[in-house]
Amino acid sequence: MFCRKLPKYLVTLARSYHRTGSKQSLQASIAKVPDNLVKALAGIVGDKNVSTAMAVREQHGRDESYHDCAPPEVVAFAESVEHVSEVLKLCNDAEVPLIPFGSGTGLEGGVNAIRGGVCLDVSKMTNIISVHPEDFDCTVECGVTRNTLNNYLRDTGLWFPIDPGADASLCGMCATSASGTNAVRYGTMRENVMNLEVVLADGRVINTAGKDRRTKKTSAGYNLTNLFVGSEGTLGIITKATLRLHGIPEDTISAVCNFQDVQSAVDTTVQVLQCGIQIARIEFLDEVSVDACNKYSKLDMKVAPSLFLEFTGSPNSLKDQTQLVGDLVKMNNGSDFRWASDIEERNHLWKARHDILYACMALRPGCKPYSTDVCVPISNLPEVIVRSKEEIQKAGVVGPIVGHVGDGNFHVFFPVDQSNPEEVKVVSEVARKMAVLALEFNGTCTGEHGIGMGKRKLLEQEIGEDGLDVMRQIKATFDPKGILNPGKVFF
Amino acid sequence: MTGNCNKFNTKMSGLRVLVGCKRVIDYAVKIRVKPDKSGVVTDGVKHSMNPFDEIAIEEAVRMKEKKIASEVIALSCGPTQCQETLRTALAMGADRAIHVKVEGKDYEGLQPLHVSKILSKVAQDEKADIVLVGKQAIDDDSNQTGQMTAALLDWPQATFASKIEKNNGNLTVVREIDGGLETIKVNIPAVLTTDLRLNEPRYATLPNIMKAKKKPLATKTASDLGVDLTPRQEVLSVEDPPVRQAGQKVESVEELVKKLQDAGLVPS
Repeated sequence: MFCRKLPKYLVTLARSYHRTGSKQSLQASIAKVPDNLVKALAGIVGDKNVSTAMAVREQHGRDESYHDCAPPEVVAFAESVEHVSEVLKLCNDAEVPLIPFGSGTGLEGGVNAIRGGVCLDVSKMTNIISVHPEDFDCTVECGVTRNTLNNYLRDTGLWFPIDPGADASLCGMCATSASGTNAVRYGTMRENVMNLEVVLADGRVINTAGKDRRTKKTSAGYNLTNLFVGSEGTLGIITKATLRLHGIPEDTISAVCNFQDVQSAVDTTVQVLQCGIQIARIEFLDEVSVDACNKYSKLDMKVAPSLFLEFTGSPNSLKDQTQLVGDLVKMNNGSDFRWASDIEERNHLWKARHDILYACMALRPGCKPYSTDVCVPISNLPEVIVRSKEEIQKAGVVGPIVGHVGDGNFHVFFPVDQSNPEEVKVVSEVARKMAVLALEFNGTCTGEHGIGMGKRKLLEQEIGEDGLDVMRQIKATFDPKGILNPGKVFF
Repeated sequence: MTGNCNKFNTKMSGLRVLVGCKRVIDYAVKIRVKPDKSGVVTDGVKHSMNPFDEIAIEEAVRMKEKKIASEVIALSCGPTQCQETLRTALAMGADRAIHVKVEGKDYEGLQPLHVSKILSKVAQDEKADIVLVGKQAIDDDSNQTGQMTAALLDWPQATFASKIEKNNGNLTVVREIDGGLETIKVNIPAVLTTDLRLNEPRYATLPNIMKAKKKPLATKTASDLGVDLTPRQEVLSVEDPPVRQAGQKVESVEELVKKLQDAGLVPS
């Protein structure tokens, strides 16, 4: 078997060398940025928009993940798509790595400059180009963040519901195919991006669905838009996004209940979804998480697997739905079903879920969160959660579980002392085992955070050799010199 | 006070609340000063309701939901675009709106005293029990309209309200002041101004925006109300704050002292 695979791998390698002509280093060393390049950058974006100060570089060499800071050699700030295009041309000609930077709120080390190079910060491009309330769409530049957009939209009755927690840049969210607690109702970025303006490695600017097009559907040509969604800066830099908007929910009811085991909680979730209830959010907290919340937020919830639900709709329909869900909870031997419609009461009920990250970190003060992001079909979720908990227990670490159970996606927020490499190793190993487990159960190693640096090996297992080869071919087509965020998604 | 007692006997249930909403440049916009220093750039710039007035509308609508108020009237003074601001107020739950049309030079010269006169006249015409406005507008930060309106009406005022409760015939208001919180009682009718922590305003939802289109919106002019709009003050110039100078790093205390001495900031 090995013999058959080896020649095939060599052929692929040889083909890629032959096709691109230039050397595509597989294990490139850190690139050195020549001084004349820094000057040339200043010539494009202006002196004030280039920095080699260590503080600025460090700020751009890390995100919210556990990965060590890897500062770029130089940081440039773009103020227009022309800047982005010319900087890319410059770096492509000089064969210097280029990493786009939006808000730095990623969770997988996507912005870490592990091969050095230039970081292109696009956060100054903050125009909201257009909003079309009757068509439910808007177009924004790459520096616009989620909260900025929703603030701008507040008088129109519309919002952009994808909520990954942080105030991330919307184009960054496109690049990582972000999702959030609302995905069960509104989908993820994949379903909500209509068009993208992308700058390619050679500086060409394209519109994936055609310039200014914003239709609800299209069958014109290849789906380039969704090729770039989730590409993590490795195929091009997204400078504009046309996004699908939704109506702000009329009324909301939040509810909380607990169960004797994970299976009952998940069964209830499946039944709620099958009843067609307009569920906006359905979140699972295991007993470790609930315990953490009780301690941190001074609540007195029963320490048991719990579900946090949120329904939205017209006031009349909500009362019926709450009744129905209450019945389903009872059917699955759930207890303490409480609900509220007042905003202050709802916030109080959901306080445990809102504070969960801080509560988990408070279990071991001084620690940073190491988060896993496994996603499986909902029917496989109970088994995967139970086996994950076994791994966590075997390793002897603290691992509270929080899940977007309506999507079959859950996170373990390990509080990790990053100064202790042994601990990081143990937790990484548990995380790896969990990802492998998910792959065994028809799942993915990353539901919403992306591959970044930490899951490259897992991607190989998940997609398979041939699929991964196709991905590499696509990468080679878009980025023959390998300058776009090298070392991310694949090695 | 005796005059007020009569009013409270007949209006115990369902107060009528008049809410002032100012259309201002949206708080998220980066403000640019006009090159001729006559003011700030407003053309093509996003405008929205003054955030403190949003809080006022929200409070009035909540009073209606708690059956303390029976009618909420939104009022705005300015050009035609103010009607957008009023529609937002209606979408949030106000019952009807009054647009006092003020345009061109009159609008440029519109000041808190004029608005207070307009508000007091409308409050009297509409027989309002409470006049509710934001504590200040985020463009001029005057913090005068509520107080002047109370003086013109000779009504009690409770400003910087962070909590409003109704008792029989009067209101208990918690005010945010420098030293902390002050709780006072004011008789109705009264003028209240809202502070940030009073409430969190709701979003206008699509169905409510649709319904708002059918709610009544009346237009008047300042002269209809007998208010003279002659400005009392003249703005001489509007300028950017000075550009921040780059700091200097020094290597030692001696160097710092020398630099301070050279700059004449410290005696040699």
